[in-house]
Amino acid sequence: MSPPPPKARRWSWRSQAFRGVVYQLLALLLLAAAAAYLLNNTLDNMRARGIKSGFDFITEPAGFAIGESIIPFDSAESYGKAYLVGLSNTLRVALVGIVIATVLGTLIGVGRLSRNVLVRFLCGAYVETTRNIPLLLQLFMWYFALTELLPPIEEALQPWAGVFFSKNGLQFPVPLWSRGHWGTLAGTLLGGLAAWAWTRASRSRREATGRGLPMMLPGLFLVIGGAALGWWLGGAPGAVDAPERTEINVVGGGAVTPEYLTILLGLSIYTAGYIAEVVRAGIQSVPYGQHEASAALGLTRRHALRLVQMPQALRVIIPPLTSQYLNLTKNSSLAVAIGYPDLVSISSTALNQTGRAIECIALVMACYLTLSLVTSLLMNIYNRRARLKDR
Amino acid sequence: MVAAETFVSIASRPPPRSKSGPVRWARRNLFDGWRNALLTFAVILLLALALPPLLNWAVFNAVTAPDNAACRAASGVGACWGVIAEKGRLILFGRYPYAEQWRPLVACVMLVLLLVASCVRIFWRPALALAWGLIFALLYALMRGGVFGLTPVETARWGGLPLTLLLSTVSLVVAFPLAVLIALGRQSRLPAIRALCVLYVELIRGVPLISVLFMASFILPLFMPGSSSGGNTIDVLVRVLIGMTLFTAAYLAEVVRGGLQALPAGQIEAAQALGLGYWQTQRKIVLPQALRLVVPAIVNTFIGAFKDTSLVTIVSLYDLTGAVQLALGDANWRKFFLEGQLFVAAIYFVACFSMSRYSRWVERHLNTGTKRQ
Repeated sequence: MSPPPPKARRWSWRSQAFRGVVYQLLALLLLAAAAAYLLNNTLDNMRARGIKSGFDFITEPAGFAIGESIIPFDSAESYGKAYLVGLSNTLRVALVGIVIATVLGTLIGVGRLSRNVLVRFLCGAYVETTRNIPLLLQLFMWYFALTELLPPIEEALQPWAGVFFSKNGLQFPVPLWSRGHWGTLAGTLLGGLAAWAWTRASRSRREATGRGLPMMLPGLFLVIGGAALGWWLGGAPGAVDAPERTEINVVGGGAVTPEYLTILLGLSIYTAGYIAEVVRAGIQSVPYGQHEASAALGLTRRHALRLVQMPQALRVIIPPLTSQYLNLTKNSSLAVAIGYPDLVSISSTALNQTGRAIECIALVMACYLTLSLVTSLLMNIYNRRARLKDR
Repeated sequence: MVAAETFVSIASRPPPRSKSGPVRWARRNLFDGWRNALLTFAVILLLALALPPLLNWAVFNAVTAPDNAACRAASGVGACWGVIAEKGRLILFGRYPYAEQWRPLVACVMLVLLLVASCVRIFWRPALALAWGLIFALLYALMRGGVFGLTPVETARWGGLPLTLLLSTVSLVVAFPLAVLIALGRQSRLPAIRALCVLYVELIRGVPLISVLFMASFILPLFMPGSSSGGNTIDVLVRVLIGMTLFTAAYLAEVVRGGLQALPAGQIEAAQALGLGYWQTQRKIVLPQALRLVVPAIVNTFIGAFKDTSLVTIVSLYDLTGAVQLALGDANWRKFFLEGQLFVAAIYFVACFSMSRYSRWVERHLNTGTKRQ
């Protein structure tokens, strides 16, 4: 018989657990010491330079105007409000950009797998060009094109009736708000609810009998029909605020500035290149056998695509797609280089005026971190739902 | 006898139809069904509309001499490539003193040669690291001056291509060891260390590079002891380098972690069974295999860093992107911004495209890619 193993001693250097605790304590101590040293230096420097600290500047009047915003802003309002306007401007670029980039990127990603060699080549060239040139340079190029190469406002281009395109941006007609539009809104909402109920009914019928009712077209019809009905019941308001050409100007209507157009176009076109690669990789990740198997089961090509290939491709596509959305949101901070008043741009103005570097930068980082965390939270929920289930 | 009588020879099959030749190729690739044919015609129409004006502008009506009057005359119908001859040195080397610009040129050539040499497998040996160290010391001496009778040039005046190359390579090289440590920390059994590493990576990856650069240029000076009395300031280049390095390290750490996770657990168990300690296991078993797996991804991170370097323009260092904005700012030439920007875009494109091709080659060559198709 071999001798019994020696008793493990808890508090000895030979115990892995004990060493682990010591290492961690050492690491934390080292970090705390470094932080304390840097903090001490910072406080010294700030005292010597007479920089005040604290977040109390948030409530003070900002004293600068913001070029464009959805929320009305006046220079007498507070820094906090200015930050809010900046955040809304960032989101305005990010949300619209995400929609455009997704549509464009999906088309180009599918195009890269086309049987047509011309389409394949063009889509490949698009992807390589957008991905291999820095975004900032692309933004500068778009900005130059939109502010220097376009005609001045008195000779504005008119691609469609009522739409004007010039150095001053894009001007287009918008429907004027009137009380009747509440009817349209209510109609859309009711139509949406009806479409949702229809989808559920169709799905439960399919699960019960194996034969579902069509979902896509009736759903669309319900939403659009509801909106139209609501609009008609609301008295069919038709007043439109259309831009009009005068001698030297174009006035009225809705307008977006060249800065907004630049950042929107630049970001969407750049990100679409990345999304195209994500989509292509996702489609290629579905083994060809799946296609053959669905053909053997007698599914039509459309059904095979929708019921067999798409769900599997989406499982691969969605996670990197979300990180592309996050990248787009973070990249919208480059707006500061062309003077679009996004979060970073507002914050750097505030920094220059108040001199509170740490607070201003911390606020920006907190905003972006919150956006990232919320997105990855939603992402995790989706992942849990879409995960492969063994049956 | 009987068999021979019943034998009837059948006609030989026709030879298989040829699958090569331009007509067959076009039919297979361009006119494969009516939808594809329609698509082909649509694309050809689009190209026919877009290409002639583009070629006219870029080639036939273009002015190649650095002649401002001729350029102005051709403005709108032809490109002014002369702007590159006129402003090329300012674009490539930024605000570096004009008479001394041979120094950044030599630096660029050395750096590019070093990068190319690092891509060749026969040079992958310890001496390469030594070469990197030596060449960087030499580069710094050459650019900064003050030794060997070279006039000193402060780092704030460095610019253009050498700055882009320096910032991206140095930040990646310095970030690499940091990234390996962070990746190992994220895989560690010790909860406090793991939490710290996760916090670092998620914090940096959750914010845009701009805000990290702002932090580096506004907050780092506050960290230095006695910087307010003017004695102890950090150079703007160093500040930006620190910011870029911290940023790159977080992304690189995730890349390295990918490699660590791809390694079968049996490798670590085998190392433990052999009695290797933690650091021995990592150094001799885990890292050599894991890092080999992620070489292509590291090249991709470098491409990202190379492009992201353009952001230093916003904290007033004039890299390639910043230098072109600076160079074409003067009133005579500002109409020809696009030509200068296209020139710089072409430089970026050639660099990034060749690196991504190289990364694909490495992936095949080291046989590490996930096999698809």
